[in-house]
Amino acid sequence: MTIEQLLVYFFGACALLGGVLMLVARHPMRVALALISCMLSLAGIYAMLGVHVVAVFQVLIYVGAVMVFMVYVIMLLDVRDPSFLRRYSRVLLPGVVLGALLAGALGISAIRLGAAAIQPGASAAPSYLVQPFSVEFLREYWLHFELTSVLLVAAVVAAIAIIRSGRRSDG
Amino acid sequence: MADTQLLLGLSFVLFALGLVGVMVRRNALVMLMCMELMLNAVILALVTFSLETATLSGAVLVFLIFVVAAAEIAIAIPIVLQLSRQRSSLDVEGYDRLKG
Repeated sequence: MTIEQLLVYFFGACALLGGVLMLVARHPMRVALALISCMLSLAGIYAMLGVHVVAVFQVLIYVGAVMVFMVYVIMLLDVRDPSFLRRYSRVLLPGVVLGALLAGALGISAIRLGAAAIQPGASAAPSYLVQPFSVEFLREYWLHFELTSVLLVAAVVAAIAIIRSGRRSDG
Repeated sequence: MADTQLLLGLSFVLFALGLVGVMVRRNALVMLMCMELMLNAVILALVTFSLETATLSGAVLVFLIFVVAAAEIAIAIPIVLQLSRQRSSLDVEGYDRLKG
């Protein structure tokens, strides 16, 4: 067992722990911290698998942008909110049972899939390194890359529209 | 043995945890974060399959999913803020205006 395999196990356990902590933590800030640790563990897994581009973007976009935004919003909100004190809604038991059933069904399908071993680090195709990935990405998928800018513009316009409509309903 | 089964199993368990979180938690922001967890689980499955088939398109798709996630959060958080300002609460059980 190499050090990469051990680290994949370690990061996987950390990601699972973060996911479970998200369900039991009471305050949204702790939930956000658990999610951040889970995302960082997943980034570690990607790095150990040799997919460095995805690992870097996981840290930069998810942890660096999305979760920082989320943490700011949590700090803006009132800590005396009733939903901060009572964690679970009325569907706690059916929700947990349904989730366990789903995890079981998906797990059975994963076991039936058969084990095709991914060798961490070693088998990583060189195209997953940053430079070959970038060249290939902008040569083959440049149209998709440009279309994402349309999506981002639409998102910006929608966010402004939401804020404006909220102001109008206030006053 | 970082095999496909292990990584896929991790991805499935994370997805189920996120789904349970969306169902059972009552804070709207926490539900949003659980959705992010589900998206992360999907990305892990995508990376696993991309490595197994040794193709680049999976990694490209992951990159596009990151953009979609950023756009999603940029729209979802203003909506949640507007809701919390109107109802002065983040409790989803108070959002019953559309109830028939």
